[in-house]
Amino acid sequence: MLEVINLGCIRGDRRLFQDLNFSAEPGELIELRGANGSGKTSLARILCGLATPAAGEVRWQGKNIRSLGEEYFRDVAYLAHQNGVKDELSAIENLRISSAVSGHALKRDRAQHILGRIGLNSQQNLPARSLSAGQRRRLALARLLTSNAKFWILDEVLTSLDDAAVQLSGQFIDDHLKNGGLAIIATHQELNLSAPRVQRIELSK
Amino acid sequence: MFGWLVWRDLILAWRRRADVLATVFFFVIVVSLFPLGIGPERETLRSIAPGVVWVAALLASMLSLGRIFGNDYQDGTLEQLLLTPQSTYLIVLGKILAHWLVSELPLVIIAPLLGLQFGLAQNSLAIVVVSLLLGTPVLSLIGSIGAALTLGLRAANVLVALLVLPLYIPVLIFGTGAVQASVGGTSPQPYLLLLGATLVLTLVFAPWATSAALKISVE
Repeated sequence: MLEVINLGCIRGDRRLFQDLNFSAEPGELIELRGANGSGKTSLARILCGLATPAAGEVRWQGKNIRSLGEEYFRDVAYLAHQNGVKDELSAIENLRISSAVSGHALKRDRAQHILGRIGLNSQQNLPARSLSAGQRRRLALARLLTSNAKFWILDEVLTSLDDAAVQLSGQFIDDHLKNGGLAIIATHQELNLSAPRVQRIELSK
Repeated sequence: MFGWLVWRDLILAWRRRADVLATVFFFVIVVSLFPLGIGPERETLRSIAPGVVWVAALLASMLSLGRIFGNDYQDGTLEQLLLTPQSTYLIVLGKILAHWLVSELPLVIIAPLLGLQFGLAQNSLAIVVVSLLLGTPVLSLIGSIGAALTLGLRAANVLVALLVLPLYIPVLIFGTGAVQASVGGTSPQPYLLLLGATLVLTLVFAPWATSAALKISVE
């Protein structure tokens, strides 16, 4: 489903990686490892189509993601370092508005259900400004659950999450893979996943 | 999706209404300083009114340009917006529309009130409103290109002014021309037609240029 062919990335004057090749099928998890500055985030941004690679290409279902354009974005969900949470909106507004803007409006009770699952039930009407760092990260995770994307790109997903939330996100990722999804996770921490097929990619400096 | 995007920006602006009010007050104060500084001579005031109102509108709209994409860029929602399955052109157009409704439309509404200080006649006040209605969307459209290009840069505000103000000149000339014509008793129609043509032209090309600039800035 996903093919990465001879991918190369240059940041400033530095070559982060080159001739990177891998492919993945539905249900597969890719663990992306590497020291700080080895290009994990750059790779994630290339994979989701925000950045252009210096060389090579990324193919989704056999087609270059550059030529797929918006069609590709329907299948991709990207959780970046930044949470993409609006301070002025409440938790539930954040969730409902971001899904509506990406084209799948979310009913109020469904949004409440998702916030409940992620452990933000009593904070749903608080402005995101007053949430803690971990709670904002949870909210960003909730956005992932509302999307129908097949391909999750998760960059340091566990940052500032507590043990319970780490376990919870592991569960979500497992469910996603079981439903035929595909995920790539850039992380330093160990994820205890029951995923049957795991691929590990090591980026070296 | 388009409607939701505009709605989202309107809610956000409402929750940060102090920012919006600051722009409007800036416009009011700048325009009001002129009659105080120049004196109450009716003829002088009437002849400078078109220029003063329009230059103040340009400056006030400069102030708000950073807000079109700045906040979304900082909290990462801009990236998420660019990853939604719709064309960047429409996203940009939605954000510009919201920006115009929030930051420019209030200026258009309050302008005739300010024009009274300059002793403008009723039909000239109407032309002030019509010319601003046609011209301010152009300011938002052209300004969005500058805002997108300077996203995340140091001294972005100064750079935006240097980039965008020269591009505002045609709008300034046509806009003041329309009001001056009506004050002088001739037909403002040719100027208004030119303003309309500028609006159509920028409506087609500016969002496209802004999309390209955004993709560069986000990368």
